[in-house]
Amino acid sequence: MKNSRDEANEFIISKKQWEDELPPETTWSSRLLTSLWKQKPALFGVFILFSVLLLAIFAPIISPFDPDEQLFKRAMKPPMTFFDGKILLMGSDHLGRDLFSRIIYGSQVSIIVGFFSVFFSGGIGLMVGLISGYFGGKVDYFLMRLADFVLSFPFILMALAFISILGSSLFLIIFAISTRLWVIYARVVRGCVLSLRETEFVISAKAVGGSPLRIILKHLMPNVIPPVIIIASLYLGRMIIIEAGLSFLGLGVPPPTPTWGGLLAEGRSYIYVSWWIVTFPGLAITITVLGTNLVGDWLRDVLDPRLRTG
Amino acid sequence: MLPEEATKEEEALLRKQYGFDKPLIVQYGMFFSKVLKGSFGDSFETEEPALGLVLSHMPATIQLAGTAFIVSILIGLPLGCFAALKEHSMLDRVCMIGAVLGQALPGFWLGLILILVFAVNLRLLPSFGYGNWSHLIMPGIAASVFHTARLARLMRSEMLEVLRANYITTARSKGLMERVVLFRHAMKNSAIPIVTVLGLDLALTLGGTVIIETVFAWPGVGRLTVEAINTRDFPVVQAAVFVLASTFVLINMIVDIIYTFLDPRIKFE
Repeated sequence: MKNSRDEANEFIISKKQWEDELPPETTWSSRLLTSLWKQKPALFGVFILFSVLLLAIFAPIISPFDPDEQLFKRAMKPPMTFFDGKILLMGSDHLGRDLFSRIIYGSQVSIIVGFFSVFFSGGIGLMVGLISGYFGGKVDYFLMRLADFVLSFPFILMALAFISILGSSLFLIIFAISTRLWVIYARVVRGCVLSLRETEFVISAKAVGGSPLRIILKHLMPNVIPPVIIIASLYLGRMIIIEAGLSFLGLGVPPPTPTWGGLLAEGRSYIYVSWWIVTFPGLAITITVLGTNLVGDWLRDVLDPRLRTG
Repeated sequence: MLPEEATKEEEALLRKQYGFDKPLIVQYGMFFSKVLKGSFGDSFETEEPALGLVLSHMPATIQLAGTAFIVSILIGLPLGCFAALKEHSMLDRVCMIGAVLGQALPGFWLGLILILVFAVNLRLLPSFGYGNWSHLIMPGIAASVFHTARLARLMRSEMLEVLRANYITTARSKGLMERVVLFRHAMKNSAIPIVTVLGLDLALTLGGTVIIETVFAWPGVGRLTVEAINTRDFPVVQAAVFVLASTFVLINMIVDIIYTFLDPRIKFE
């Protein structure tokens, strides 16, 4: 016959066993890392994104030539030509500038515009969404009508309208893109907050007298971060394409700063003479955007499979 | 707008003509009252009415956007369907890799590459301009690639979801022909998210053609806008933004109305 102490021991053992059988406590970051290892496309995307980031940061060290150095003797050389003992990996343009170095430096503008516009508008969209969803009523009505108004402009058109009035610089392009992008965050965040507002933890936080600021920052915000991250990663690539498009039209960051879109515009003028100027910058855009899209798809699948925007 | 040797009087006259001597808020009111009457003023360049100028460029843009839209439906939807029906097959893999790549391709770069291959090297197609159907091929492809890719992916995932539903199993177990199950049961139910995206796409192709039009020297509203920005022809820019944004809103409204027909559960108060 077992005495009570044995029974207690048994309970302790079984509790221990039970705990062993439980999957180890998972945090966000560990879950992300394990799934990243399983998802090869995502791993590839992260690899691309990191490579481009490194290129942008260490451009002065990596690029073999000065991107702005003009040399008549070096003009219009096809890829893989040797010049002065160094190889022109992607050829040179009509002013003798090394295309490879210019593409490396061009990544800086793309990365800066992409990341800053996504973060800047993410911050604004997050705030607007939280306020609109939490307070509701007139505030919500006003903010959402403003969002509808902004939504009635296609992206490029909004950017063109801004640039035609204000001119173009790095900051203004980020600003022009952000004025359209924040709406996408704001709407999704508002939707999340509307359903979160009815959950028990928010109601009880209100019941114990939490101030709106505290509830928004401590209780609501952590729960809407995943969709914000997903939108940011999904739109990063598109913003890079839009920046390239604006630069291509000559409405982006003004020359001589090398930008991928600007290089393509240059390549368009010389399309009958050289195939390389029009090819490689576009390839750089495509690969970078592919990387961001792969990462975005993966984050969406891991963090919130319901958010499928296509 | 004035020659450099213009006198002060001429300058004052011009200021008066355009209302620059009035306070900003009054100028804005004047602008608005004109817009309500359908006038954006005359183009600084050609001195034609700006709105008329923009509207005369609209058919070319609609032609290009329409072609891109139809191409993306004709290619994207069937590809997505086949990929879903043959999940994990070779075809599925190839389609989806193609679609992922297609979503990363900037349309205007694809346009440039098409010009490089088919106009410069092979000399098969005209590299730019506006005319018969052969002028439409390359811009049409370039403007549709992103939407085709997105549509294929969305169609695939919608179909996969629908095919797992109970009513499909029921339909199949009743012994209905696979064709009937697919067309009558599966396709209809995957239509609503597809129509949402199609509506957005039609509106977006209108905006997206701006850059493609410049690449191919297509005489549409997009190129007109870009040229107007470069020459600081503000009435034309304003009219173009107004027309394109109105079209955008109109399309979204039509899509909302189509919803209520597709899904009787959706109603507007």
